[in-house]
Amino acid sequence: MNAVFDLACGVLVLSAVLVVWRRELSTVVGLLALQGVALGVLVGVVAVTERSLELGAVAVGLLVLRAGVLPALVRRALAGSPEPPRETRHDVALALLAAAALALLAAVVTRPLVELAPSPRAGAIPVAVTAVLLGFLVLVSRRRALSQLAGFLVMDNGITAVGFLAGAGAGLVTELGASLDVLLAVIVLMVLTGRIRETFGDTDLDELRELRD
Amino acid sequence: MGATVAVLAPPGAATLAALVFGIAGWRRATTWLLPGVAVVFLAAGAVLAVAVGAWTGSVGGAVAAAGVLRADALTAFQLLLVGAVALPAGLALPAHLRAELAAGRASPRGAGRQAMLVALFLAAMAVAAEAASLGLVWVAIEATTIVTAFLVGSRRTRASVEAAWKYVVICSSGIALALLGTVLLQVAAVQASGDPGLDIAALTASAAGLDPEVTRLAVALLVLGFGTKAGLAPLHAWLPDAHAQAPAPVSALMSGVLLAVAFCAVLRVRAIADGALGPDFTRTLLLVVALASMLLAATLLIAQRDYKRMLAYSSIGHLGTAALGAAIGGPAALAAVLLLLAGHGPAKAVLFLGAGRMTQVTGTSRIEKVRGALASQPVVAGAFGVGMLALVGLPPFALFAAELGIARAGLAAGPGVAVATVVALVLVLVSAGALLTHTGRMLLGPAPAGEPTTTPVSTPSSPAPTSPAPASPVPGSVRGAGATATLAPEPVATAPAPQAPAAEAPAAERPAVPAGLAVALVGGLATCLVLGVAAQPLTALLQAAAATLGAP
Repeated sequence: MNAVFDLACGVLVLSAVLVVWRRELSTVVGLLALQGVALGVLVGVVAVTERSLELGAVAVGLLVLRAGVLPALVRRALAGSPEPPRETRHDVALALLAAAALALLAAVVTRPLVELAPSPRAGAIPVAVTAVLLGFLVLVSRRRALSQLAGFLVMDNGITAVGFLAGAGAGLVTELGASLDVLLAVIVLMVLTGRIRETFGDTDLDELRELRD
Repeated sequence: MGATVAVLAPPGAATLAALVFGIAGWRRATTWLLPGVAVVFLAAGAVLAVAVGAWTGSVGGAVAAAGVLRADALTAFQLLLVGAVALPAGLALPAHLRAELAAGRASPRGAGRQAMLVALFLAAMAVAAEAASLGLVWVAIEATTIVTAFLVGSRRTRASVEAAWKYVVICSSGIALALLGTVLLQVAAVQASGDPGLDIAALTASAAGLDPEVTRLAVALLVLGFGTKAGLAPLHAWLPDAHAQAPAPVSALMSGVLLAVAFCAVLRVRAIADGALGPDFTRTLLLVVALASMLLAATLLIAQRDYKRMLAYSSIGHLGTAALGAAIGGPAALAAVLLLLAGHGPAKAVLFLGAGRMTQVTGTSRIEKVRGALASQPVVAGAFGVGMLALVGLPPFALFAAELGIARAGLAAGPGVAVATVVALVLVLVSAGALLTHTGRMLLGPAPAGEPTTTPVSTPSSPAPTSPAPASPVPGSVRGAGATATLAPEPVATAPAPQAPAAEAPAAERPAVPAGLAVALVGGLATCLVLGVAAQPLTALLQAAAATLGAP
């Protein structure tokens, strides 16, 4: 069980790093699905060790949503894209350097959290926070609308992972509401991407320069 | 019993209205629904304010609870505020939609969908105000992002789609930070004695037992996250775009209500943080946020060229002032903060509704393209001018008392805070000067040539602008007056471009102000005036609400 847990944590953060690294959007969507699986497995392991049926159901739900529905939605938007789906402005070396710095930051910031209730599970919190920060990095550094969307999803996977690793489980109502909100936000973003493509011709936010002071 | 009904009525009525709009669409029979929902909010707020004993002095915690919802003095205050802004916005929405339909910028189906989204927005606001748990507050505030995204992008122009995208991306990620903060706070709560969960009242009561290190991290994330939706720096960038691109009644609601309700969430977090960490941490955090927001607003107001964005930046400045008051803390400053939110809502609603009308009539939102508006559109421009006087905080209005209260508390609160207060006062004065200068340029002076303003216009529509009184707020008469005179002569095909030349909209005669809009403007201004002149009944409620936010 421990090996599976460690593997899931590893995949969670590794897929986030790869999202920072790669620019082909189709690869990024695959990585999102992989990360969703890792998250589902992670919560599944927590459910088994706690022998909680409720958590098990949550794990299955997360697996369906994060590894199935959300990546499929992004892939559908990608399929409608006319031009080669690559990130245009992207410095790989700089991005990876920033990723390393963010991993360090995550380790420093989460120290009080880990010390609050030391356990192997809590020990993995820095990994999840790293995923959150990497998602944020992608969100703010990418210009293409779909890349920003991917960053948002990575960030959200990380936050969910923090919740379950810290043993909070965030309460079923909150978790349900949060997941529903994420799903709706993604659908809204998909519709808007479609509209951007309708009005601008593509989804590169470099084109978005109408509003400025 | 009555209080429980009052808790359930606002979200119930708003959801019901959304259902009706979803099924029946935008028709004559459904136009009165949104003002009706606003009245329900006002009534429920008043019932709850009585129930918490704001006027009998028996202020305790929650007075009524229904499942995951419950109400205290701050809840009653928020419901009253939502109602007071939603009423003028709801009254003005029919006229706005009619003008958009006439100009070909909206379809009948689109109008129904917009009304449904507005109703859903009100439902989410009610839940955010009444939620017992911090988790539900988060869900409700995030839901407003989703609901209003389509309203912001409803025009489908380049600028509005871009604004909607920016809005969703910035607010979703900002609110994701708040989710992380919520999760961390729950972690701290689980470790604390008694496990208060995410229940706000329980968390505030047992805050002293929370782990300070984890709570500090959580509070920083929560203030940043909910601050995003409250329009506070550094994640404020969505606000000017969204407020400038959304339909005017929606801008009024977003500015007057959404910012205030999100800020009330910040105030709740602040109460928990003060109990766990002492006042210093949140004070520093809020001071930085407040001064950054006010500085940003002041600098961008000076050279502003778009009057809707001008209003949006002034919202950032006002919420910055509110954050300053929250940083100062103490019952007097917190009551002043709530009064500030109460005075800001209706004034901003009047301004956005007036600005929306001016955009529809002149076809532009550039400040330099609007000249002599007082001569060409007396009612709308007059309301805009008076609303602006209320907004910058001139004496008879509520914002004067609010800003004075915050300044007095700040100057008495120790050297560090006093210096910050002085800096903030300078920034408030700079902002006010910029706002008044821009407004004066737009309103005063002779009407520009080419508009038939000084010549007597044809009789049927001319009396309407000067006399909004004969129209009772019954929608039947509202429709009768407005439908005949709105922008009918405008050519339909060329309408979508927002930067269309100013001359084409007013054709041969001056367009009469729709009665619904006139009632909304006058009513909103009356609210501002009553809040300032006869605030005594409200003061008790504000103090009661401030008492629920103080550290024990």
